[in-house]
Amino acid sequence: MSKTTNIFELLRAYFAVISARYRTLLQYRAAAFAGFVTQLFWGAIRIMIFAAFYAVTSDEQPMSFTMVVSYVWLGQALLGILPWNIDTEIAEMIRSGSVSYELARPLDLYNFWFCRTIALRTATTTLRCVPMFIVAVLLLPALGLDGWAMQLPPTWTALLLFLVSIFCAVMLASALTMLMHVALIWTLSGEGLNRIMPSLVTVLSGNIVPLPLFPDWLQPFLNFQPFRGLVDVPFRIYVGDISVAAAFPDILQQVFWIVVIVLLGRWLLTRSMATMVVQGG
Amino acid sequence: MNSWTMYWRFVLISIRAQMQYRTSFLLSAFAQLAATGIEIAGIWALFARFGSLDNWSLAEVCLFYGVVNVTFSLADALSTGFDVFGPRFVRTGNFDRLLLRPRNTVLQLLGHELALRRVGRLIQGVVVFTWACMELQLEWSPGDIGLLLFAVGGGIGLFFGLIVCQATLSFWTVESLEIMNTMTYGGVQTAQYPMDIYQPWFRKFFTYIIPLACVSYFPIVNILHISDPLGSPAWLQSISPAAGIIFLFFSLALFQFGVRHYTSTGN
Repeated sequence: MSKTTNIFELLRAYFAVISARYRTLLQYRAAAFAGFVTQLFWGAIRIMIFAAFYAVTSDEQPMSFTMVVSYVWLGQALLGILPWNIDTEIAEMIRSGSVSYELARPLDLYNFWFCRTIALRTATTTLRCVPMFIVAVLLLPALGLDGWAMQLPPTWTALLLFLVSIFCAVMLASALTMLMHVALIWTLSGEGLNRIMPSLVTVLSGNIVPLPLFPDWLQPFLNFQPFRGLVDVPFRIYVGDISVAAAFPDILQQVFWIVVIVLLGRWLLTRSMATMVVQGG
Repeated sequence: MNSWTMYWRFVLISIRAQMQYRTSFLLSAFAQLAATGIEIAGIWALFARFGSLDNWSLAEVCLFYGVVNVTFSLADALSTGFDVFGPRFVRTGNFDRLLLRPRNTVLQLLGHELALRRVGRLIQGVVVFTWACMELQLEWSPGDIGLLLFAVGGGIGLFFGLIVCQATLSFWTVESLEIMNTMTYGGVQTAQYPMDIYQPWFRKFFTYIIPLACVSYFPIVNILHISDPLGSPAWLQSISPAAGIIFLFFSLALFQFGVRHYTSTGN
């Protein structure tokens, strides 16, 4: 077999993993509907709070209220891509010891799990984001709530860059989720990193409050750390707060952090596999 | 053995069980402290950027924040049995075993677990509350302290009642419903800010249907000794927490109705 067909076969295997997992996760439609209603409600609370803050300020703010509204809805629609939960089946495999079967597969373990993780990060999100976009972009203006509606990106280029950036965000989120999976092998119970990660992600990604609204003296740190690639970069490109010209360095920064975190995850996985003790028999 | 002795025995067993995994407990509590403490970072950032919220200062908002978080953490710790009712009791058919015992089912569910890990949210709520009190230099009259305790009691009643409603729904849906989170966690999120910043329809929902404003906003406005921007009279502010307790009794009645219509899943 020549080398090119080999790579082709491998890619097909990885794609099959993503696709099978994705379709399994799509089965939970009732849960997705409940999640959608929850997030709609949550978005409404967030927007009312921001509206109250913006109502009293006369100063020029780093982001306009209209931008923040779109930012909030985008956050509600794409909440699922954030790395704050793990693949429960992988967790169970590690706990029960059947992870040893995974090692017997003719696939690189990191890549294999990474593919499962991509499916985890995207499947429920696709179910939830479509109704959210329909409500936020179309239904709210129709109900006369124009001030609450989600705007479209300012230009086609911005939309295109947003799509590139959100793809990077999914990769980054999967790489961070993989760190949590690897931490599980080390501690079994998954305490520690896995419990702290959601809090770090919520604040440092810009999910709770858009990063430009944090105090100015924090900006140099906030603009460098990896978590901003999850929310801050793609969302601000979408609303037009990051201009087309400024978007390229930010997307490059996303790629930089993806590479660093994937390499870190791979290194930790190899190290933990060398010393792994399989539970049970 | 009377019911209360038995409840305390359940509680002691539950605490002893959780203390067997001390590291796990400490980590869970710390994680909850971090996760819920994040919220205050967001509020702080917004005040640092915008200066004020209508006529409210950061310290005043922190008072709302502290009270609702303390209240919810206590309700959450006490109601674990109801919180896991759908997946742990209805779906598995384990509820049958509770029904067979010659004791009140509500009492047995109450005694299922006293979740000590909720102490994380409690601690950060107490810290934020204390900071707010020092910053505002509140003078506490006995009446104010009484009203604060009444508000916390009413709030526990309300959140406990909401979790009981969630458990009741699972008689029909078998699983617990994420949708109830909008009322519990969403309620906490809402009550962290003064009610007058919200839209009227939203405020009415959280006053008349889910009496959240009655257990946080109205009594706290009274304790702050300011005139309510929403125009509620002082006497109403001091009796309003009773709505939370009434809500709890209504929820328990609903639960008993559910019990009568329970069909076991088998197993």
